[in-house]
This record gives sequence, structure tokens and C-alpha cells, in this order.
Amino acid sequence: MKTCLVVDDSRVVRKVARRILESLDFEIIEAVDGADALTVCRGAMPDAVLLDWHMPMMDGLEFLKRLRQEPGGDEPAVVFCSAENKAERIREALDAGANEYIMKPFDGEIVVAKFSEAGLL
Amino acid sequence: MNPPDLDFLCALVRARSGLMLTGERGFFVETRLAPLARREGLASVSEVIDRVMQEPSGALARAVVEAMTVQETAFFRDRQAFGALSAIVLPALAADRPEGLRIWSAGCGQGQEAYSLAMLVDEAEQPLPPVEILASDLSTTALEKAQAGVYTHFEVQRGLPIRRLLRHFEELEEAWRVSAALRQRVRWMRLNLIDPFQVDQGYDLIVCRNVVSAFAPDARTATLARLEKALAPGGRLMLGAGEPAPAGFEPAPGAPCVFVRESENVTVIAA
Repeated sequence: MKTCLVVDDSRVVRKVARRILESLDFEIIEAVDGADALTVCRGAMPDAVLLDWHMPMMDGLEFLKRLRQEPGGDEPAVVFCSAENKAERIREALDAGANEYIMKPFDGEIVVAKFSEAGLL
Repeated sequence: MNPPDLDFLCALVRARSGLMLTGERGFFVETRLAPLARREGLASVSEVIDRVMQEPSGALARAVVEAMTVQETAFFRDRQAFGALSAIVLPALAADRPEGLRIWSAGCGQGQEAYSLAMLVDEAEQPLPPVEILASDLSTTALEKAQAGVYTHFEVQRGLPIRRLLRHFEELEEAWRVSAALRQRVRWMRLNLIDPFQVDQGYDLIVCRNVVSAFAPDARTATLARLEKALAPGGRLMLGAGEPAPAGFEPAPGAPCVFVRESENVTVIAA
């Protein structure tokens, strides 16, 4: 079973994401911000990361940059999932090593499409 | 909705568009016509149907038929099939036709399919000859949206990888618009596939997905025959996932959903 780390400071979003991803046979780990997520990744790299942008402590972009510098940190497929919908910002996320990008709000169908694009399904 | 109203409506839609409504017809009709009733300032779907019965050839009847035919779709619907188009089908056609390629998206709906084709052409690794893309649909409302090329956040996330979004779209306030370069690649036309239609012949690739399988059998046969006539010698016909090969066609090697005339498959393999 593949693992997906869901990183979002909103409990509601984590819950929705968990429900969708569990139905796609992912085992879910949750983190509330980038710092929390980095700790999880240092323990064991997940197969996928669903990543919010704006979070307290460490935001998604900063987490992604640090993740990609960790040993094995280039392996997880990272799918950004953010209300940050400006082309310029999306490009920034891709340059930092994101594999795909979901603009909030999203639904299950979009998650399936984006995870397929990222080679996760 | 009472059964006579429903029967009347289904007969009208079938006669005008070839579409055969099945399954939960009452629910389907309600969900499609309720927005139309609101737009027209009519109190209910029943009132819409009353008006159409009084004037079955009027503008409202046409709007009703159009509302029933448009379906939700996605960019690059069936990734594998579009992948094979760009990897196998387009290069093979291009090699055969250095003077230019003609593509027709028949039943293009709100334009996602035509723009997906235009993106593949734009992204081709080997330069292609000049490509002409025609996109046609029965619904003028759908065509207007297609031509404007403006899609919501939700719509652009149906099937469109993020890098393609950034490459081919420009960001608006609350939506995304297909780039001018891509919009210029597509010519739009209102066309009812069950009419004895007038399009130029000689299309090298006709894409008609998830359209004829919803048709009544007679309309399906007639439409497929006309598409066959519009297909150039050696041309390819692409249908929706799971739609069977039309009479006289067989699957093209290596390309899901794509068919060639039986008599021509030998040359395809040789190519």
C-alpha cells in the first residue's frame, strides 16, 4: 500500500483529503505544517505528499525546498494543493520541485486526475 | 414530470439530435431543463415543455434539444488514447501528408477535445506540416463557450496537467483562457451530425467521442456512414473509450480508440 502524507493546517481539508485518498488505497499520514511534515519525512519517506502552501511555522514551499535536499527527498511525488491560484506562484512551486498542482477548491475527480499525472495511480 | 410530457420530449430530442435518452429520464430532463427554465423566465420545466409543444419548431425547442445533448467532459479525456495520438497517430499521418493535415473534432461540446488536439499539435516533437482543426457541435451555447476558451478552475483541472495549463492558458480574474495562439488554431462550426451535413471531405483524423453511442441505432449508422465519407483515404477515426469499431473499420495498431478502414490497415502496418 502506498503512503501519502497530507500536510494542511486545516483539519477539515485533511479529513476530506484523507477520505478521498483512502478510497484510492493510500495509507494516510497527517501533518499540520511544514516543520511537522519534515519530521515525518525524516522518519520515513512517503510515496506521495499532498501539500498546502500557507501554513504556520513552515509553509509548503519552504518544506518542499528542504525536502528535496534531504537524502531520498527527491523520491516522494509532491502534489501541491493550495488556494494560491496565480500562474506565477504555481510556476514557483513547480520550480521548487512540485510534481503536480491542485487549485482549491478541489474534488475527488481532480485528485484522481492529478495523482495520475504524477504517476501515483 | 408526467409520462406523456416525457415521451414527447424524448421523441423530440431523438428526432432533432439522434440522441436516445435512457435510464433515469425524468431526473435527467429536470436537471438539464431547470436552468433553461430559469434563464427563460419560465416558472417550471413543465411550462417549458408546454411552450415547446405549442411551437415545436421554435427557438425554445432548439434550446431544449441543445441543453439535452451537451455533456460534461474533460481535457485529454483518456490520457492513454491521447498519448498514442501524439506518439503514433499524428507522426504517421504527418509522414504521409507533408502538404498538411486536417483534423475534425465532431461533437466538440465546450471545446476541451479540440483544444486538447491543438495542444498536441503545438507540442509535437517533430515539426508537423500545417494542421487545420475544425470543431463542430450542435449546441450554439456550447460553441460560444468553446470559442471564448474561458474555463473555470474546476474545468481546467479536469484532465489538464498543471504544466500544460501554464503553457497554453492565461490567467484571468477567476478563470483561465486558452492562449490566443491555440484559439487561432481551431475553426468552430455549428453542425448537427444527423443532418445530411456539408463539410469538406478529406479529413485525415476525425475525432468523434462518446457521441454516436448515445444515438438511436438508425441515427448512429447514418452518422458513422457520413463520417466515413468525410474521412480521407488512409485517415483515422477516433471514438470514445469502449465504443466499438464501426462497420468496415478495425482498430489501428497501438492506438486505443483509433480505427482505420479495414481495406487500408495493411498500409498502416507497413508505414
